[in-house]
Amino acid sequence: MIDEVMEKSKKMEKTKMESTHHKGEAVKVEVPRQEVDPNAPNKKIKMKIEGVCAWFGQKQALFDVNMNVNEKEVTAIIGPSGCGKSTLIRTFNRMHETVPGSRFAGDIMLEDTSIFDPRIDPVVVRRRIGMVFQKPTPFPTLSIYENVVVGLRLNGIHDKKTLDMIAEKSLRKAALWDEVKDNLQKPGGALSGGQQQRLCIARALAVELEVLLMDEPCSALDPISTSKVEELIHELRENYTIIIVTHNMQQAARVSQKTAFMLNGKLIEYDATDKVFTNPGNKLTEDYITGRFG
Amino acid sequence: MLNFDYQTRRSFTNKMMVFLCGFSAFLAFIPLASLLIYVVSQGLKDFNIGFFTHLPTAVGMPDGGMANAIVGTLQLIVISSLVGLPVGIFAGVYLSEFGKKSKFAWFVRFVADVLSGVPSIVTGIVAYTLIVKPMGHFSAIAGGVALGFMMIPIVTRTTEELVKLVPHSLREASWALGIPEWKTILSIIMRTAKNGILTGVLLSIARVAGETAPLLFTSFNNQFWAGPNEPTASLTVQIFTYAVSPFADWRAQAWTGALVLLLVVLTINIFAKMFFKDARSALR
Repeated sequence: MIDEVMEKSKKMEKTKMESTHHKGEAVKVEVPRQEVDPNAPNKKIKMKIEGVCAWFGQKQALFDVNMNVNEKEVTAIIGPSGCGKSTLIRTFNRMHETVPGSRFAGDIMLEDTSIFDPRIDPVVVRRRIGMVFQKPTPFPTLSIYENVVVGLRLNGIHDKKTLDMIAEKSLRKAALWDEVKDNLQKPGGALSGGQQQRLCIARALAVELEVLLMDEPCSALDPISTSKVEELIHELRENYTIIIVTHNMQQAARVSQKTAFMLNGKLIEYDATDKVFTNPGNKLTEDYITGRFG
Repeated sequence: MLNFDYQTRRSFTNKMMVFLCGFSAFLAFIPLASLLIYVVSQGLKDFNIGFFTHLPTAVGMPDGGMANAIVGTLQLIVISSLVGLPVGIFAGVYLSEFGKKSKFAWFVRFVADVLSGVPSIVTGIVAYTLIVKPMGHFSAIAGGVALGFMMIPIVTRTTEELVKLVPHSLREASWALGIPEWKTILSIIMRTAKNGILTGVLLSIARVAGETAPLLFTSFNNQFWAGPNEPTASLTVQIFTYAVSPFADWRAQAWTGALVLLLVVLTINIFAKMFFKDARSALR
């Protein structure tokens, strides 16, 4: 089992090195073989993003973004810095509106309900649509165990057995259990950066999560931690819908089934990942992934 | 060609300035050191168990102590904490969490700053008018309220500053877990800033523990044990009473009282420093 994982991560390292090696030449990003056909018609749509526009004060950050996110798939959002990809992903769980002076237009459907329905509390939305941030944010005064169950505890679950069970399950799902099972009472801040990020993923999984949003989850991590998180994304895809913002194109190619390319707040192209990286439909996408700008 | 004249002049000026700064630092140290040395050397004469366990005695009688004054000071600290801490902490949280831009918060901040600079005797008069007069007698409650008034602005401002230091990313992480706003503030933000808030609390206690002026006409003094609704002895007022008395043995006891008070304040300050160190590492 461990050998298998090692083998896989080695392979991923190799892919990564090769692809960085070729960066800047022709379109030569290696795309792992897709097990699922992303265009299969029977794929269920988990989230519908309809005409999303967003502003910070007077400045418009998003212009009429429309996209459908399939269930149990990884959707990557790529684009240069400041293109609005983080803003977009932060509208998906209503985090955008927590910024003072921000405005929003459009609608986002989670299955059949709008997350902006006035009867729905944004707090409930965020329990179903969780988020992992660029910088790992474990709560520094809480232990590893408390970090995982804090979402449940503060939502009124206090049964010790239930909490223990969910904590173990979430940590196992986040591939962190074996590393921390003997130190559950240690502070979360004592872990390494990569472990902290997986702790944050475990924390998000502990609440009744359906969609996991990841805002550049690996940009503060070293290559080995990165490959572990990517490995984890592969596994989580079986049960969760994942949307990941990344400025690393190789990463998008490795982990995702669909890729969205954004530029200046507009969605330029949104298609199956292998199509976007091998045969992009838009000149701008091609320029970006071949490294002509950005 | 180098200008040697200039070189020597420059290096002389440099040496003079270094000497001046070092000498000033030494001068600043002298009063502090002499104060400590003098209080310790004078206070140690009567520093024994009896001082902590006996009630004051009449002039000329041996074995007098300040047991009631020490307990009285603790009593006053408890009452003032009950008055000052809840208000101060929640006001601080309000200022940093909800009142970043509101006019009301600006006004509260301004008043708190003014209040922390108000001479303590003025706070004493206010407490006298508000509590002692209607009740008709001095009491520890009145003294505690006066001290509590003095704690509020200190605790408010330190709590505000330390809650502000909690990184915004932790708030977002908590919201992203579907934790409601008020629970985020209570369980995540205040817990993260806990040691910092505690530092502010301890410093405010250390500050009011050494106050005499507002107690002179609120809790007054007492030679015996006293309940919260009676005139109560406190270390500071007892020191004042003994120090201005014409009796040598009382004056000696005043020194010991001063030493005990100094030790109490010093201990609180050391704890505050320890908590502050933890607080900074938690917020990093």
